[in-house]
Amino acid sequence: MASAITVLLDGVAAGMLLFVLSVGLSVTLGLMNVVNLAHGAFGMLGGYVCVVLLNRLGVPFPLALLAAALAAAAIGFVLERLLYVHIYGRDHLTQVLFSIGLVFVMGAVADWLMGARTQLIQLPSWLSGRMEFAGIGLGRYRLFLIILCGLVALALHFGLVRTRFGARLRAAVDDGVVARGMGLPVGRIFSITFALGSGLAGLGGALGVEIFGLDPNFPLKYMVYFLVVVAVGGANSVAGPFLAALLLGVVDVAGKYWLPEVGAFIIYTAMVVLLLARPQGLLARAK
Amino acid sequence: MILLHAIPWAAALAGYWVFPEQLPLLSAIAIAALFAVSLDLIVGYAGLVTLGHAAFFGAGAYTAGILAQQGWGEPFSGLLAAAAVAALLGLISAPLVLRAGELAGLMVTLGLGLMLYEAANKAAAITGGADGLQGVEMWPIFGLYRFDLWGRTAYLYSLAVLFVLFMLARRLVASPFGWSLRAIRGNARRAPALGVPVKARLTAAYVIAAAYAGVAGGLLAQTTSFASLDALSFQRSADGLLMLVLGGLGSLYGALLGAVAFTVAHHALSEASPVFWQFWLGIALVALALAGQGGLFGLARAAISRLRGR
Repeated sequence: MASAITVLLDGVAAGMLLFVLSVGLSVTLGLMNVVNLAHGAFGMLGGYVCVVLLNRLGVPFPLALLAAALAAAAIGFVLERLLYVHIYGRDHLTQVLFSIGLVFVMGAVADWLMGARTQLIQLPSWLSGRMEFAGIGLGRYRLFLIILCGLVALALHFGLVRTRFGARLRAAVDDGVVARGMGLPVGRIFSITFALGSGLAGLGGALGVEIFGLDPNFPLKYMVYFLVVVAVGGANSVAGPFLAALLLGVVDVAGKYWLPEVGAFIIYTAMVVLLLARPQGLLARAK
Repeated sequence: MILLHAIPWAAALAGYWVFPEQLPLLSAIAIAALFAVSLDLIVGYAGLVTLGHAAFFGAGAYTAGILAQQGWGEPFSGLLAAAAVAALLGLISAPLVLRAGELAGLMVTLGLGLMLYEAANKAAAITGGADGLQGVEMWPIFGLYRFDLWGRTAYLYSLAVLFVLFMLARRLVASPFGWSLRAIRGNARRAPALGVPVKARLTAAYVIAAAYAGVAGGLLAQTTSFASLDALSFQRSADGLLMLVLGGLGSLYGALLGAVAFTVAHHALSEASPVFWQFWLGIALVALALAGQGGLFGLARAAISRLRGR
């Protein structure tokens, strides 16, 4: 039974990580209706920043995480202002091609700078190893992930529900046209949110080097996971993507643990079934 | 006008004598062109964007490959079987894709494509898994022309299949059926008011495109005596979309042109380094997306009409 709980907790940790990685995408897709397949590239960016700072410059892990998030947010902000603004309101094919192109370019640059091999990081000693808790073994790093990502989720939830910016963002997602008509600067709200989402992806990418592995293929390899979180979770809350990410993480880890011969097939099937059953998202209100 | 149509095909045929060393590359171009034409039918004409068209290509490749591996190496019936299996898959998946709506439908195509990839990966006993399908042996075409080492037969065979299916596709898009697809792309809400059965037409287009992609995949398996997971990959779906946009969406000759330009550029640039190719491919995609969708064919058409003084 202990192993079942360990698998469950590992799945929760992976799911929390997925949430942080993909929550920004739910805004891109939900608010601007932009098919952004390049979202994972910001995660990759954060991962590489963290690897370089940690391994080559010896920066402490928490600082490296912060730097990864800031770097991804900065690049996200610049790309949004320079490139993404031109594809809002264009058809989905254009957006698909644009974002695939962006993934290719960023993957190629990563390959040039860092090589194609999978990057490894040396976790600080206070995060490595396992600890026993009431007879259940759990990696310290997994526990750290659950706490940190849980805090991020809580902060996002209260940010969205309690702050003025959150209220504006919700209004803009709910009905962008009316929000604009009421004088909300939807474009600027979106820029800030895009940068925030990219920064979170960068943080997730940095945290995920240990869990998901990091190589120039990362954005494409996990693209489906991010899309599932958003498609299943819906765009107008934190709870929706959060639940979807947890579900995905647990199903994925459990599937890989108990049914390795089926592999990723379960995830893809779940994605298609959920998309067909609840095209508006898991927690969507009936319209 | 007929002369204008003859030029690209004459050029393609001339390639047989002009580039005798490059025939495998020319076959690859012909197969890519058929795939691009198939994608153009649903993306360019019916306006249905898909991220998983490689599923049908791969299904065709594995069907033709497995058939030949199991001892039935007759090429044409192999292609027919590939088309039939791909069309059946299209018929099964079309309602799912159409039901989900625009954005979710896009992701359903992606999900279905990945499901098939993963299924082929895991069913190693049938497909060979990550190693690919070994031991594909083709019989001579008409019992006369053997597939040779230099790819002579393979190229003429691929080109002939492409030519026949291309002409069929031209008839198709010029027919009332083709115009009803364009009406749906133009305005999916108005089309039913004009008496166009939207779902039925889109399903039909989807199935036809799937069959075309299946034939393209079958050609690949037959001419290279090999089928691998590569045929099912997301990369192939993305490549197809790029060919279309490069050549010009919604024009069949544009699809041909895009496939030629793409495959030649791929060949030339990835000889330097695969990363180099990936980088410039990405730049081209971003630039094309930002610049609009006339493509090369659109540019050529604009140039011609300017020459005519219009």
